[in-house]
Amino acid sequence: MPPLKIKKGASSHSAYNLRPTFSEVIERHTLAVVVENEPGVLARVIGLFAGRGYNIESLTVAEIDHEGHRSRITIVTTGTPQAIEQIKAQLGRIVSVYKVHDLTVEGASVERELALFKVAGKGDSRVEALRLADIFRANVVDSTLESFVFEITGTPEKIDAFAELMRPIGLVEMARTGVAALGRGVAELM
Amino acid sequence: MVVQALKDQGVDVIFGYPGGAVLPIYDEIFQQNEIRHVLVRHEQGAVHAAEGYARSTGKPGVALVTSGPGATNAVTGLTDALMDSIPIIVLTGQVPTFMIGSDAFQEADTVGITRPCTKHNWLVKETDKLAGVIHEAFHVAMSGRPGPVLIDIPKDVQFATGAYTEKAKRKSHYAPQVKGDIDSITELARAMEKAKRPVFYTGGGVINSGTAASQLLRELVEATGFPITSTLMGLGAYPASGDKWLGMLGMHGLYEANMAMHDCDLMINIGARFDDRITGRIDAFSPKSTKAHIDIDASSINKVIRVDIPILGDVAHVLEDLLKVWKSNGRKTNAEAVGKWWDQIKEWQAVDCLKFKQTGKVIKPQYALSRLEALTKDHDRYICTEVGQHQMWAAQYLNFEDPNRWMTSGGLGTMGYGHPASIGAQMAHPEALVINVAGEASWLMNMQELGTSMQYGLPVKQFILNNERLGMVRQWQELLHGERYSSSWSESLPDFVKLAEAFGAKGIQCHDPADLDDAIMEMLNHDGPVVFDCLVEKHENCYPMIPSGKAHNEMLMGDASTAGVIDAKGSVLV
Repeated sequence: MPPLKIKKGASSHSAYNLRPTFSEVIERHTLAVVVENEPGVLARVIGLFAGRGYNIESLTVAEIDHEGHRSRITIVTTGTPQAIEQIKAQLGRIVSVYKVHDLTVEGASVERELALFKVAGKGDSRVEALRLADIFRANVVDSTLESFVFEITGTPEKIDAFAELMRPIGLVEMARTGVAALGRGVAELM
Repeated sequence: MVVQALKDQGVDVIFGYPGGAVLPIYDEIFQQNEIRHVLVRHEQGAVHAAEGYARSTGKPGVALVTSGPGATNAVTGLTDALMDSIPIIVLTGQVPTFMIGSDAFQEADTVGITRPCTKHNWLVKETDKLAGVIHEAFHVAMSGRPGPVLIDIPKDVQFATGAYTEKAKRKSHYAPQVKGDIDSITELARAMEKAKRPVFYTGGGVINSGTAASQLLRELVEATGFPITSTLMGLGAYPASGDKWLGMLGMHGLYEANMAMHDCDLMINIGARFDDRITGRIDAFSPKSTKAHIDIDASSINKVIRVDIPILGDVAHVLEDLLKVWKSNGRKTNAEAVGKWWDQIKEWQAVDCLKFKQTGKVIKPQYALSRLEALTKDHDRYICTEVGQHQMWAAQYLNFEDPNRWMTSGGLGTMGYGHPASIGAQMAHPEALVINVAGEASWLMNMQELGTSMQYGLPVKQFILNNERLGMVRQWQELLHGERYSSSWSESLPDFVKLAEAFGAKGIQCHDPADLDDAIMEMLNHDGPVVFDCLVEKHENCYPMIPSGKAHNEMLMGDASTAGVIDAKGSVLV
């Protein structure tokens, strides 16, 4: 393994920065990309990932500042440390990108995802579905005599776990938003 | 409004081809005299001509084409400019805003098609924003790592009148970092003091950074006495006549340059990007060296080769600071060790890897270029090339003393680049000698531009090394594919002399080495476009060569045995 190297200019001095940049280990990183909200900006970002063969595990985007024409794209990606560094540098040189933050290395952060689950069934399975939803703090947002739609918020792992449990009970369809993430503490990413 | 914005940006010439969706702009061009419009014969030619203009002046080049096929024909030029970091602005017409998305006549999703092959692009749907976008486009094309930008303008936006935004009032958040981190620069200076076997490895970034960067580079080489090599794109930043010059490096680079790269203990990369034509086999690339990398593009650093001293910034700014640090502290190199290093380099230089023998009645391409060099070196000279063997021979046998004198398609390797690029360079330098060194196959890809040279009286010299083969393809087939020459010879070639005459230009053919000097002089003395058909040895290979998948110290030399040099792993590489 190559020697450790401390990256210059990182916003914190935590042990996260002590990553060997040329290792073969596949890492999962959450990136927050603040962009100018102009037509085609999402295509630029996605096209970069497609064109250069990078992975996208999840991607969410929405305007966060209407007056300032800013949107925030949260991307969860995987790759070797070198690939992650390349992804950040490549994103950073897109003209409509203001800032790229790697929440995974810039100190602690929180990640949440929202999902909607449609579960169909009768009798005992309806009761079991409601009980599991209660344990996972999922809300019922729609109900018919033979189905529920649950809304659940949490980490991707929690949603995966909920899906695993619901599948045998009658999960027929699900929609997930992808991850939204923020760094902890008072600092603003800009 | 478009023409006004271009004038405010100091544009004096644009290369273009009209069509339905750009007629309002052409109407404006017709009614003024400040900006000269050059009518090319194909939109690809317009973009390459803009590139030739940009590379030979350091100013941005401008091309204007119509919607649909006009825009799609511009794609190759845009990609070429992106790969070689050439600042050009391409204006495309678009169908009116209310027809976008309806599959209208000559409609194409131009911003969608060109998104991956431009640095940035815009579709302008509001006339009030048009001038601001044009000013911003020049800023983006020229700032940071330069590159091509495209502005797609619907026809109704061209017709409408709107508020004009002054150049100075443009707002932009795009401001790449130009100053390098002074701690890293000091670290590099310290490494330079200690280095025993240093080498400067410079690239197109030095040229893109402006003439000041080339000047500072020369001072730095002078101050340190370190040897210097350059990529294909960086030729001319340091003069070929300089005594520290090792010649070009890379796949067809000089033996001494590649050996120095392999054996050095300090590699100082200035504005180059560790391209695969340079590195050869990555895991065997310069295994013993500390590597420093000065680049304005953060994504170029640690992309291919891991570096020890990364310096993010503009070459000229960083070199200025580096020289200050070097001089103010009275730093000295390890003279004894560097002296021994030079002794080693001189042994490599003694191999004389470009040696060739001109015997018999057939012109060797190396001889043709040596004579061209000898007979034109005292001219105010600009050289363009197409892509292939002739391009590598031109890089090896022609000498460049100044930046912006050498226009070649490096990254994309675009056959058909050189002819229109030479027109762009000649437009920028009407009094200079502009030569396009070509192969017959490349040249045919954009030969229609001979009409452009004739129309505007541009005395561009097309120097074609005609081996009736796709020489580089043939060379690879010989080395890699069991001498099965699949589709790599040029059948049914035109008579180039008659072809030139058909356009009204002068054609010269030469096949005898004894006549070559006179023929070249005849070309130089003709005041007008010349097509020079130089019939050369058909089976000559371009050496030295680092075969794909091999290291720098595994070069093939001129007469070396080539059997079994490329293994199965290497043969899948290009």
